[in-house]
Amino acid sequence: MDSSSPAVALTGLVKRYGDKTAVDGLSLTVERGRVTAVLGPNGAGKTSTIEICEGYRRADAGEVRVLDLDPVRDAAALRPRIGVMLQSGGVYSGARAEEMLRHVAKLHAHPLDVAMLIERLGLGSCGRTTYRRLSGGQQQRLALALAVVGRPELVFLDEPTAGLDPHARHATWDLVRELRADGVSVVLTTHLMDEAEKLADEVAIVDRGRVIASGSPEALCHDGAENSLRFSGPPGLDMGSLLNALPEGAKAFEVSRGAYRIEGEIDPQLLATVTSWCAQHGVMPERLTVERRSLEDVFMELTGRELRS
Amino acid sequence: MAKAAATRDEARGTFTPAPGAAPLRRMILAQSALETRMLLRNGEQLLLTVIIPTLLLVVFSSADLVDTGDGDRVDFLAPGLLALAVLSTAFTGQAIATGFERRYGVLKLLGSTPLPRWGLMVAKTACVLVVEILQVALLTAIAFGLGWSPHGNPVWVILLLLLGTAAFSGLGLLMAGTLRAEATLAGANLVFILLLLGGGVIVPLDKFPSGVEHTLALLPISALSDGLRDVLRDGSGLPLGDLAILAVWAVLGLGAAARFFRWE
Repeated sequence: MDSSSPAVALTGLVKRYGDKTAVDGLSLTVERGRVTAVLGPNGAGKTSTIEICEGYRRADAGEVRVLDLDPVRDAAALRPRIGVMLQSGGVYSGARAEEMLRHVAKLHAHPLDVAMLIERLGLGSCGRTTYRRLSGGQQQRLALALAVVGRPELVFLDEPTAGLDPHARHATWDLVRELRADGVSVVLTTHLMDEAEKLADEVAIVDRGRVIASGSPEALCHDGAENSLRFSGPPGLDMGSLLNALPEGAKAFEVSRGAYRIEGEIDPQLLATVTSWCAQHGVMPERLTVERRSLEDVFMELTGRELRS
Repeated sequence: MAKAAATRDEARGTFTPAPGAAPLRRMILAQSALETRMLLRNGEQLLLTVIIPTLLLVVFSSADLVDTGDGDRVDFLAPGLLALAVLSTAFTGQAIATGFERRYGVLKLLGSTPLPRWGLMVAKTACVLVVEILQVALLTAIAFGLGWSPHGNPVWVILLLLLGTAAFSGLGLLMAGTLRAEATLAGANLVFILLLLGGGVIVPLDKFPSGVEHTLALLPISALSDGLRDVLRDGSGLPLGDLAILAVWAVLGLGAAARFFRWE
């Protein structure tokens, strides 16, 4: 097994449905042993891209390598090595959670201990309930369990926490982190900014079928961007005077009546300068906050739109 | 953020990859067992495959509701209801179950596991055969209770049942793999009723006008019920004509299903 090749390598991927182009020349490399989030609004082409990697769909153009295999041509060799979490469904409506999990375990050579997985994902409470009567969250966690039970090298999680309560979401995140720690490569799609920021080593921002930016969340948030300092105070403060006190390159605005924003390299010195300027002018800077640029901001800057969810 | 955790000793983690397919035999056995359990757990399916044929056999044998010609009514009815049992499991039941499995992404999920698609189809066939064996055993026992006295070579009976299963499976899978699940549900039930009435199951085909009768005789259900009746009631030899009709349906149905079946 060549473990030096990337987990996923996509080059110039195109997928059309009729005259609608869902994936439009997308290129992406996913390194092994990392958590990679494909982030984008609904309809950006995330699911189509993932389904091409999983071998469910053929690309109309471009090159696809998953674990150095062709997902369609080499499907028989690839399938045992990947785990797939579908966005919904996938289980016989009359099957019980444990029954389905034990079944999929039996299809693999060295499956995980099913009892452990049930315990880890809190599926014990499902008992004899059949799939169609499980709650959405239980169905979601079962789908995750089904993706990992065969001890795959690479798992694809399509919107793994959509519709989960915060507790279940954190349990899912913990499991994803543990997968990474144990050397499993994880590709997940999400339209949740905080999920990508907190969970992923690498983020690929997808919009209209293309990757428009990629890198670590930190790099994406810092790259060329300035952080900002915000505070509120009496309206009509003299921004020119404040600007004179600030170092070269910083900017100061009254964003709206009584709401101020300073952009630039926000360091302790600058913070001190702002507060001492406020002290000199008898202004109490209320709700003073230093804001890091978030992926949300990055997305907005790149596309001029908000992430629809 | 502690994202350097990947340096931990990977050899001992719970999730450390150890991918691999189970042996084919184990996969297919497991899949067959699961499919059969799902079917036997489904109340509507049992109504269709067990209760309806049994009820029809008992009611129409006991009361003179339809003129079944000379001889004991049960000798006419038992072969017809064996044919209906095959129709109910291989066609109607399989079409509905597979249609909903497709709709709910079960086929999609299984497509991501090491189980090959042909392995899934083998398992589905095994499930159909297991249920048919149960149906045949039940109907045969009841028919004996009602005074049935079958004749003929059991090998021809088995051959007819197998070819009938192939023909109905092909048509059922074609329906499940091309139509919406709801359309399959409605369509498969409708076809079941129509074939029950016009396929020589309870009503002899010679009750129909002769033009209609000859057309109906070409249906797979008619070929199956007629072939079974020729052997089991009349003790005739290899029912070549009926086997040929079933073979044509099997080739057409399975061929079209293989060509047009969509997995999601």
